[in-house]
Amino acid sequence: MKILVCMKQVPQKDAPLKLNESGTWIREDVSYEVNEPDAYALEEALRQREKHKGEVVVITSGPARAQQVLREALAKGADRAIHLEDDRFVGLDAFNTAKAFAAAIKDEQFDLILTGLQSDDYGYAQTGVILAELMGLPHATIIMQIEKTDSGIRVKRELEAGFFQFVDMPTPAVLTIQSGINKLRYATLIGIKQAKTKPLRKVALAEVQSAIGDNLQKIEKLYVPQKTKKTEMIDGPPAEIAKKLVDKLRNELRVL
Amino acid sequence: MADSILVVVEQREGKLNRVSWETITAGQAIAAATGWTLEAAVVGANAVAGEVAGKKVAKVYAIESATLDPYTPDAFAAALKQFLTAKQPKLVLMPHTYQVRDFVPKLATAMGRTCISDCIGFKHDGGKLVFTRQMFQGKLAADVSFTSDAPWFATFQSGAFRGDKAEDGASAAPVETFAAEIADGVIRNKPQEVFKEAKQAVDLTQAEIIVAVGRGIKEQKNIDIAKNLADALGGDLAASRPICDSGWLPMDRQIGSSGQTVAPKLYLALGISGAIQHIVGMKGSRTIIAVNKDSEAPIFEIADYAVVGNLFDIVPPLIEEVKKAKG
Repeated sequence: MKILVCMKQVPQKDAPLKLNESGTWIREDVSYEVNEPDAYALEEALRQREKHKGEVVVITSGPARAQQVLREALAKGADRAIHLEDDRFVGLDAFNTAKAFAAAIKDEQFDLILTGLQSDDYGYAQTGVILAELMGLPHATIIMQIEKTDSGIRVKRELEAGFFQFVDMPTPAVLTIQSGINKLRYATLIGIKQAKTKPLRKVALAEVQSAIGDNLQKIEKLYVPQKTKKTEMIDGPPAEIAKKLVDKLRNELRVL
Repeated sequence: MADSILVVVEQREGKLNRVSWETITAGQAIAAATGWTLEAAVVGANAVAGEVAGKKVAKVYAIESATLDPYTPDAFAAALKQFLTAKQPKLVLMPHTYQVRDFVPKLATAMGRTCISDCIGFKHDGGKLVFTRQMFQGKLAADVSFTSDAPWFATFQSGAFRGDKAEDGASAAPVETFAAEIADGVIRNKPQEVFKEAKQAVDLTQAEIIVAVGRGIKEQKNIDIAKNLADALGGDLAASRPICDSGWLPMDRQIGSSGQTVAPKLYLALGISGAIQHIVGMKGSRTIIAVNKDSEAPIFEIADYAVVGNLFDIVPPLIEEVKKAKG
């Protein structure tokens, strides 16, 4: 199986975010990490390759810093990487990001394209499905299991409230992967060493420019959300906090 | 033709998904702000069309085709594309459910349009309509506008509007059937029966006190600290998704969009940052106490009592105080 994994670099979960001067995006000087659901997508791709042979290719878009995500993926076992490298990729909406990806891989034939189910920064949960439509491929979302069958694949979709559903579908196909589908592996030392010699293709914005157009939606303003709830801070040394909380539990909440 | 808003309600096996009422409320609010006409559509089961027609909407469309049951993204996107191309509403609203997430990006792309997904509100200032959505796991919010032609697509997060505020109409709205034509070969996926994994052993929906742990608990062995607090309070132990993904607690103790939705008297969140997917499962709790070392964690936005600090320092004395108080 030849598998493409779409990955994204996002600000670290605990990183304090600062707004840029125009209040339309965050300042770039934060720590980044791989979008967590994408890590699960990569792991699933590696496991499928271990079962069925083939190749795992990882792709991302973004400035030079985003290459770190690809290097980590190569160290974990991906065979090669594609980096759409330009600061301006950060500002593309999901529609144009998917168009850029489709243009970058137009000469390749993948059996499966995997993405995480959503990103931890935008949280749009759209790029994978948009890519499927642009490429004319069937898709399934929030996937918890992939099995190869005679005619294609059988996937397990997670539905809401604890329900699931198996879906049979032909390949090539696009799947968005749910966190927790598998157990993530760590990169080995030898893997990290080998990663340095694995092929990484850089794609400049100019190469895909003709495929992308104006954004279809625009962030007018990014801001710290206004609190709607009155929150009482409980502070002091731990023993005092414990006493204050118990007082609330007993006298205000009446649960003790 | 006058501008119109179309709410596409969700049904499963002929029953209306209640979250659809929230989207109707949202549609009524946007209609009031813009003066646009509000209509609704049901895809696949006209049985629920009558129910929706009782609400204050100008019309309800029942989009029908034998190919719409069971649900597939191919058939839903194809049927709605035909319908929307014929009716040309300005704005199409849906609840941000797993099913909608599955087909809306495809539908919008097939029409060369875009969807602002998972919104929590809207603003209409000086004739401009923007949609508010959470970004960076709720740490920031963004006002997003459409820069493309209509139809515009937007989906609303569960709980963003009150379903019980959906206004009834003075009389039942007319129901019109729209027959979608789905050609052979359009549907590529073959869905099997929907099922539930082994019976849920733990029902947290009835719990009065829940102590929930998140990533801040750091290691599996530390779960006991939270367990001891839950025991001391006479409550149940629960967790955010990453804890269950790691296998530190079973999946049936997971709170959030992919787990259980709870509304206890007390929800004590330990080391939970408060990602949207978790919040939607517990924001209905009567009182929320949050302990987190990150003062900017989104969980504090919805907490009644906030403790900024290390849970490993705070929970042990809290257990002792609770035990003392209980005698």
